[in-house]
Amino acid sequence: MRLRNPFGRKPKEFPSHLWTQCPNCGEMLFNKQLARNQSVCTNCGHHFKLGAKERLELLADARSFSETDADMVSSDPLGFVDSKTYPDRIAAAQAKTGHKDAVLTGTATISDIPVVLAVMDFEFMGGSMGSVVGEKLTRAAERALADRAPLVIVAASGGARMQEGTIALMQLAKTVAAVTRLDEAGVPFVSVLTDPTTGGVLASFASLGDIVLAEPGALIGFSGARVTSETIGEKLPKGFQRAEFLLDHGFVDQVVPRAQLKERIAFFLGAFRVAGQDLRWSL
Amino acid sequence: MGMLERIAGSRRAGPEGNGHLPVDAGLITDTAAYAGERPTAWQAVQTARNIGRPHALDVISRVFDRFQELHGDRGFRDDPAIVAGIAELGGRPVVVVGQQKGASTEENIERNFGMPYPEGYRKAIRCYRLAEKFHLPLVTLVDTPGAYPGPEAEERGQAEAIASSIQVMSRLATPIVVVVLGEGGSGGALALGVGDVVLALENAIYSVISPEGSAAILWRSAAEAERAAQAMKLAGPDLLETGVVDALIKEPTGGAHTDHDATAAAIKTALVAQLERLVRVPVADLLSLRYERFRSFGTVVEPRAGEVAAPPRPWWRRVIGR
Repeated sequence: MRLRNPFGRKPKEFPSHLWTQCPNCGEMLFNKQLARNQSVCTNCGHHFKLGAKERLELLADARSFSETDADMVSSDPLGFVDSKTYPDRIAAAQAKTGHKDAVLTGTATISDIPVVLAVMDFEFMGGSMGSVVGEKLTRAAERALADRAPLVIVAASGGARMQEGTIALMQLAKTVAAVTRLDEAGVPFVSVLTDPTTGGVLASFASLGDIVLAEPGALIGFSGARVTSETIGEKLPKGFQRAEFLLDHGFVDQVVPRAQLKERIAFFLGAFRVAGQDLRWSL
Repeated sequence: MGMLERIAGSRRAGPEGNGHLPVDAGLITDTAAYAGERPTAWQAVQTARNIGRPHALDVISRVFDRFQELHGDRGFRDDPAIVAGIAELGGRPVVVVGQQKGASTEENIERNFGMPYPEGYRKAIRCYRLAEKFHLPLVTLVDTPGAYPGPEAEERGQAEAIASSIQVMSRLATPIVVVVLGEGGSGGALALGVGDVVLALENAIYSVISPEGSAAILWRSAAEAERAAQAMKLAGPDLLETGVVDALIKEPTGGAHTDHDATAAAIKTALVAQLERLVRVPVADLLSLRYERFRSFGTVVEPRAGEVAAPPRPWWRRVIGR
C-alpha cells in the first residue's frame, strides 16, 4: 500500500505544466497535443497566443529563418520608473522570453518565396513598440526594399512602449515611413494581426499592409479597454474589436485560421511578384 | 534642424541675407534657456490644458488672412474636432489643418474636446492631398488629448485613419510645418504631426499616452496621473532635448492664455521664417530629410560585430539538451 502524507497538498487533477484550460469552451487540453495543434483548441478552435519562436516555426520554412539584429537592446532614455525601473522590466522580460526585445526580424522563405519576416512577441512587455522594435522593423523594411523581397510582419502588441515616452510615439512615424517606401517601390507588404494588436502598432504599420490578415478571435482595436473606460467612462461592448468585427467593418482582408495562414500568405506573395520582376501578365 | 540648415541655409547672416527673417526668430532652440526654472510636469500639463489657451481657430484668425474653411471627409461627415482650410500667410496661400478644442463646456461638447473621429483624420488627409496637388505649403496645428476612443470611432477605423494620415504626411511632396499648440496626445496628435519642422509653444506637451491613460495602465489608477506625467518627460524643454520638437515658440509672460495676440504674433513670425526656408528646398531633398528626421528617433544599443560571442553553453546544458 502506498503511504500518503496526510499534511501534503492533494495532487492536482490537471497540473498546469501538463494541461491548459481553454478560456473559450472550458475544455481541458493536454499541452503536448495543444502544441501539436499549433496552439489551437481541438474542441472549439480557440486560437491561443503564440510566442515568436512558435510563430516562426509555423510560418517560415524549416531552418530558413536567419535572424538579424538579434543583439539590439534598448537604453533607458527617460530613466523611467513606475513600480519597477524600465531596465528591470526589460531584464525580466528577457529572462521570461529569451529574446532581447519584443520583435524578431530576419530573412526566411515562406513556401520557397524569399521574404523579410518580422514576428512580434506579446510576452515581452506586451509586445510594446519602443526604440528597438521600431528600429528593427524599419531595418527589416529597408532590407526588403534593398533586396526587393516581400515584407511580412506578424503583429502582436499592446501599442507603443510607455516607458520610452515620446520617443516610442515617434516609432509610429518611423515605421510608417519605412513601409511607405515599400509601397512606392511596389514591394509587397503583408501584415498579419494576431491576438492582440492594439494602440500605436495598429495605428501605424500594421494597418498599412497591401494585404491585412487577422487570426480568428484576435483582439484588434485602437484603444485598450482600460483607456476607454478612463477616458469616456463607458465600456466597449463585448465582441467589439475582434478580428471578425474588423472584417465586417472593412479593415482586414481576411480572417485566416492558423492552420491555413502560411499557405494563404504564400498565395498572395506568389500573386504579387515584386514590381519589375517576372511579370505575371505581359500587359 | 542640422541637415535642413545645410541645404536651406540658416539665414543667421543678418539683415543683408536677402531680407528674410532669421530662422530662430522668437524661437528657443536650446534648453539652456531653462536652467533651473523648469515648471513641473504636472504644471505643464495644466497649462497646456488651460481652457483659455488659444485654440486652433484663435490662432488661425490671428496668424492667417482670408481663412476659408473646408468641411467634410467626402465619405461620412464633417468632424468639428478638426478644422481645415485654405488661408493666406503673408499674402501667399497655404493649407491649414488643426485640431480644435472649445473655450467653454458647450463649445467643447460640440468639438468633442478636440478628440477627432476617423472622419476628422480623413478630412485632414483630403486637405493634405490638396496642398500637394496645388503646391501649397501645409501648416498643421496640434492640440488634442488624443483620438476619440469610443465605440463609433473603432467601428469606423480610428487606427487605420491615423496610420493613413501619418503615411500621407510622411511622403507629402510639399513643405510641412507642425505647431503643437497645447496638448499633443499620442497617435491622435502624431496623425497631424509629421512635418519637416516641428515647433511647439513653450508650455505645450507631447506624449505617447495621456498621463491619465498611462496611470490607468501602469499604476492601475487614473489618480496617479501626476506621477505618470513626471515620468513621461512630456514638457517643452524635455521635447527639445529628445529632438521631438525642433524649437519652442516663446509664450508671453504668464502663458499663452494671457495674451492670444502676442502668442499668435510669435507663431506667425516662426511660421513665416520656417516656410521661407523650406520652400527653397527641392521637394526630393525635403522628402528624404523628412524621412531621416523621423528615422533617427530611437536609442538602441548594439554590440558591434564580434563584440559579443554567444556565451558558451555550460556542459550540463549540453547534456540535458537545452
